[in-house]
Amino acid sequence: MELKNLSIESLIKKLGESPVFINEFLDELTVNVTEMFRDPSFWRVMRDEIIPGILLNHKTFNIWHAGCSSGEEVVSMAILLREMGIHNDVQLYATDLDTTILEKAKSATYSAKNMELNEKNYIRFEGKWTLKDYCKEENGRVTFDKGLLTNVTFRKHDLVTGDVFNKFDLILCRNVMIYFNQALQNEVLKKFHESLFKYGYLAIGSKESLIWCDVANRFLVVNNEEKVYKKIKD
Amino acid sequence: MSRFNLNNSYKAIVIGGSAGSFQGITKILSQLPKTFPLPIIMCLHRLKHVRNGFVEALSIKSVFPVVEPHDKEQIKKGGVYLAPSNYHMSVELGNYFAMSTEEMLNNSRPAIDITLGTAAYVFREKLIGILLSGANRDGGMGMKHIKDKGGLTIVQEPTECMIDTMPKAAMALTKIDHVLKVDDIVSLINELDKYYR
Repeated sequence: MELKNLSIESLIKKLGESPVFINEFLDELTVNVTEMFRDPSFWRVMRDEIIPGILLNHKTFNIWHAGCSSGEEVVSMAILLREMGIHNDVQLYATDLDTTILEKAKSATYSAKNMELNEKNYIRFEGKWTLKDYCKEENGRVTFDKGLLTNVTFRKHDLVTGDVFNKFDLILCRNVMIYFNQALQNEVLKKFHESLFKYGYLAIGSKESLIWCDVANRFLVVNNEEKVYKKIKD
Repeated sequence: MSRFNLNNSYKAIVIGGSAGSFQGITKILSQLPKTFPLPIIMCLHRLKHVRNGFVEALSIKSVFPVVEPHDKEQIKKGGVYLAPSNYHMSVELGNYFAMSTEEMLNNSRPAIDITLGTAAYVFREKLIGILLSGANRDGGMGMKHIKDKGGLTIVQEPTECMIDTMPKAAMALTKIDHVLKVDDIVSLINELDKYYR
């Protein structure tokens, strides 16, 4: 994207005039680097503790991937749920403010050169098979089985200005809020609190924290190492 | 008069290192004066998938506990900080840390150039940068940024390094104020401490 000769005034003007330009600009501005099964220990905790905990009280439930980027985390979750044999019982919502990246997430197609790392993560996650069993490689790209995404609703949503649009049993928002200042993080965390059912779970990145935020005392730390919290108060 | 030119009211020390730097870092941390007031910010290359163990290993001999800061954590006097695995760690205006999961830089995340470069932007001439042994060029640009902002630059004497690529990269990119063995880096920190008494 060429912005070199654009003054800040004309940039603002252009952003106001062209929705296409806004999308391109957002795509350029947002950080979209992610891995499948990033932090394998986190995914083990999901499989062995958190999701079994939800299943104790709910046969069906829903998950929100807030700031899903190119969808690696969504595909990881879908694989985890399938391996637990509960894939059809869970509805997933995947949102991002960048529509270009949402299209990529829907396609579940990634560069084959990222697969080495993804596969390593999956092995550390101790999954049942190999990631290769879930995808096909063609011309240096891998495409994951579309069946994994049948229960996923993708939608554009801005964490800062967007509404609370549903209630969830589990929200994952890992390494998204690191790009917000604390005031903004605080507002988003309030929104997550409102979007969770009582006793629902919130998972954030391993170097993020919510102990300092306004809604901190309405959450219980379930796993401090993996940064999983449970909503205990409305 | 000190053989080091330290009459500048420094606000922080940043240390970068990679292969062969663990021993040097441990030595520095174990010999810190108990009153040492400056925060020490470290970015060391480490395995991406091993989150635990490193900070504990460094803490064993360190005079001060070593912590991996959270995103937006304030930098405090006397704090010793280590960039966490698989995040870039930058220093922000307002003296706090920010984490990022952006692309690797110099095949590294955390990248030393990012921690050093952002620290230089925030602390300007009040920063001391130290680059130790390492097998790639990460950190060289960061040291250049520190020098360009008027900060003090120190690299480990290449002959003492297990692998000297890293300090040599910095020496090729900018003027390094002191090329020192780890023991002399320790002496420098001790002299620095006297300035704050």
